Amino acid sequence: MGGKQGFGHVLPLTAEPAFAEPWEGKAFALGLLSIRAAGANLHAFRHALERVPPGDYLADYYDRWLRASQILLADSGILSAEQVAARAARLSGSEVPEPDPPEPHKPDMPSGGPGNLRTLDTPPAFAVGDRVRTADLRTAGHTKLPGYVRRRTGTVTAIRPAEIFPDTAAHFEGENPQHCYAVEFDSRELWGPDAEPFRLSIDLFEPYLEKVT
Amino acid sequence: MTSAAEHIDPAVRAEALASLLIERGLVDQATMDNFIKTYEQSVGPMNGAKVVARAWTDPGYRERLLADGTAAIAELGFKGPQGEHIVVLENTPEVHNVVVCTLCSCYPWPVLGLPPSWYKDPSYRSRIVREPRTVLAEFGLELGDDVAIQVVDSSSEVRYMVLPMRPAGTEGSSEEELAALVTRDAMVGVAEAVAP
Repeated sequence: MGGKQGFGHVLPLTAEPAFAEPWEGKAFALGLLSIRAAGANLHAFRHALERVPPGDYLADYYDRWLRASQILLADSGILSAEQVAARAARLSGSEVPEPDPPEPHKPDMPSGGPGNLRTLDTPPAFAVGDRVRTADLRTAGHTKLPGYVRRRTGTVTAIRPAEIFPDTAAHFEGENPQHCYAVEFDSRELWGPDAEPFRLSIDLFEPYLEKVT
Repeated sequence: MTSAAEHIDPAVRAEALASLLIERGLVDQATMDNFIKTYEQSVGPMNGAKVVARAWTDPGYRERLLADGTAAIAELGFKGPQGEHIVVLENTPEVHNVVVCTLCSCYPWPVLGLPPSWYKDPSYRSRIVREPRTVLAEFGLELGDDVAIQVVDSSSEVRYMVLPMRPAGTEGSSEEELAALVTRDAMVGVAEAVAP
């Protein structure tokens, strides 16, 4: 969403409970537990959130979590959308029949252990102070290279722990761990000469970057 | 575009999903309730406030916190999901840090709990990386022109927390009194900690 226009004034900084309504707490817990039930991972869940249709995505935060959970569960053949719709109708008083569950086909991506941080044998390709340019990425899948920092030049300011590569893990194509860097951009590089002066720092994976000499 | 076939009230959708998963033994009701209770009661910005108050009163702790946030935060007993690697950004009279997640809503759960509405809203996610000074002013934080702004977009599993400046006039305050001055918003960087 970085840099997209038209969303208007920010919301007020009000105090609020963790969950505004009981169902939001359920949606939160179901999000985390659906990842397990579907045999998926956090990256696949984020990708499922991104696959919620735009209107639904923008409509409500925790409804988005429920829809993403449904996407993961359907992808793994654990629950079909028709089952959820039928159960919802029955809970609302309609005597509709419930379809049989689909045939499970959970992903079986090997895990390198708990969490997302990994140790790599290969040294990082870039050092603090290096100038780097971001890729002209046009993937249709999941990525952690936001559109607003693509094809831009910045400076490496820190080396972060290596991590599972979300771009492959989200599609169950392997953990494929990568070095990760804090890269700093000048606001004018991102938004042009009339931009407000500021620096933007973002953590980017090695495959997104090439060295500028 | 919304999916026309999918008009289900969110509370009903939650109940439908929960009941189907629980019946099949894929989700345990007690585990679900425990997740909810944890984030309603035990994990929230009061944790981060303790970290900040400790850093304000203990220079050795402050140094450890800035060098290795994850370890220093764990010293106070705070760790868990969305806290694998926490980096603490120190606000100074010269530099003001503010944190966002433009791709989703990544947030340092162990120290701040779950993100508030304004943080998850598209208005914040889209605009803070493009016009941070304007957005901070909308929130009520007017920074001087001599203060450099650094916006940090949480795009990896690294999670960020801001160490706000200790308010003037709090020299005699206890650690506990100081913790009460530290807000969620100050630890994301859209507000400052203020003396009572």
